[in-house]
Amino acid sequence: MILQSSYHIFVKEFISEFRTRYALNALLMFVVTTLSINLFSIGHDSPTQEILSGTLWIVIFFSAMSGLSRTFVAEEERGTSLTLRLLTDSTSVYTGKLIYNFILIFVLSIIIAIAYLLLIKEFSVKTYSIFWLTIILGSAGLASASTILAAIIAKANTKGTLFPVLAFPILLPLLLTCINATKLSVDGAFFSEAIKEFQILISFAIVMVTTSLLVFDFVWKD
Amino acid sequence: MKMLTLKSDHITKIYNRKTIFKNVTFSVNEGNAFAITGKNGSGKSTLLKILCGVLSPSSGTVSLSVNDQQVLYPEYYPHIGLVSPYLNMYEEFSAEENLQFIKKIRGLDSSADSFTEELLKEFGIYDHRKKEVRNYSSGMKQRLKYCAALLHNPPLLVLDEPASNLDEYGIEAVRNRMHLQKQKGVLLFATNDKDDLRFADTILDIRQLNIGE
Repeated sequence: MILQSSYHIFVKEFISEFRTRYALNALLMFVVTTLSINLFSIGHDSPTQEILSGTLWIVIFFSAMSGLSRTFVAEEERGTSLTLRLLTDSTSVYTGKLIYNFILIFVLSIIIAIAYLLLIKEFSVKTYSIFWLTIILGSAGLASASTILAAIIAKANTKGTLFPVLAFPILLPLLLTCINATKLSVDGAFFSEAIKEFQILISFAIVMVTTSLLVFDFVWKD
Repeated sequence: MKMLTLKSDHITKIYNRKTIFKNVTFSVNEGNAFAITGKNGSGKSTLLKILCGVLSPSSGTVSLSVNDQQVLYPEYYPHIGLVSPYLNMYEEFSAEENLQFIKKIRGLDSSADSFTEELLKEFGIYDHRKKEVRNYSSGMKQRLKYCAALLHNPPLLVLDEPASNLDEYGIEAVRNRMHLQKQKGVLLFATNDKDDLRFADTILDIRQLNIGE
């Protein structure tokens, strides 16, 4: 029953997003703007791979922040959260929205990564397995943390500013690990050398999802 | 229809350090209608949300029993149908799509399809079922909320200002439903409309409670 409800919520989110473009437009505009700024600021200089790995995750982080909060904020603003609360249990709502957020940020991260690889010539990945797995696990971590944060801030008055402020300390360990793993991929490290980073990223996502499932009912109900 | 009882036991709600209402205690059995009345801002809608289990009280408990078996959250919700100004439908979807979503998420089978059609006709929005809800008037949106609330044939129907935004036809449809609900389940509503209050077997005037302490 939970899986079925989660699936229907996920489908509803997906259709709703394509009709309203609440998050999609904001996300894509942010990606275009930040990538352009990166390109202009780099110019003819040759920044280190470490800096380029960092800026890649800055683009992904802030793009995610500009769009992922919409899942719950839109429900509160449109007055549909009460409808959803009466229809199903909180676990189904959380799971449906988590899956939707994960797919959204995953697709977005892939677009950003491809654009980054094509546009910034100085950024050359040598171990693609590490690079793409970092993108996948980083997206999972971003989605798991931002889904519960979005539910928390949806009831606040200063939604727009509160989201990145709350997200930054929580996501800092994730971002640092993602930057390290990305650097390993551009340095041409062996896959086994990045195992520790992957373990941290997997643990982060598991801890965030477990904690979120435990607290979501309180956040959602009051 | 199952035998249903709703009990409110010493419910108190404090919001921003202000007591909205205190020690609300009552019980409603099947075949009864219970009305809550009181001036604007007195906490009628808040009390209804607490009774529906979507808002926690500061103290006290709400219990719903079906066939003398207490129903706990989240199994509570399939027994409730709520129409409230705070509950909206998805505006980017049509009425039909909204009701489809509700049917799927509630796990209702295909037999609910003909009932959906009946409800849409009963509330006079059948011809507009394919239109996006954003193009509906406030009265049509209110009618759709009734269809959504009644779709699963709830034994407990909770209405917050039942006749708001409705024209004569809409009010008649709602009052017919209120009459029907009273016969086959529990009707709980909040209103200041004297015509609606005639349906109530018991009226709780929220002004008589200790408020603002």
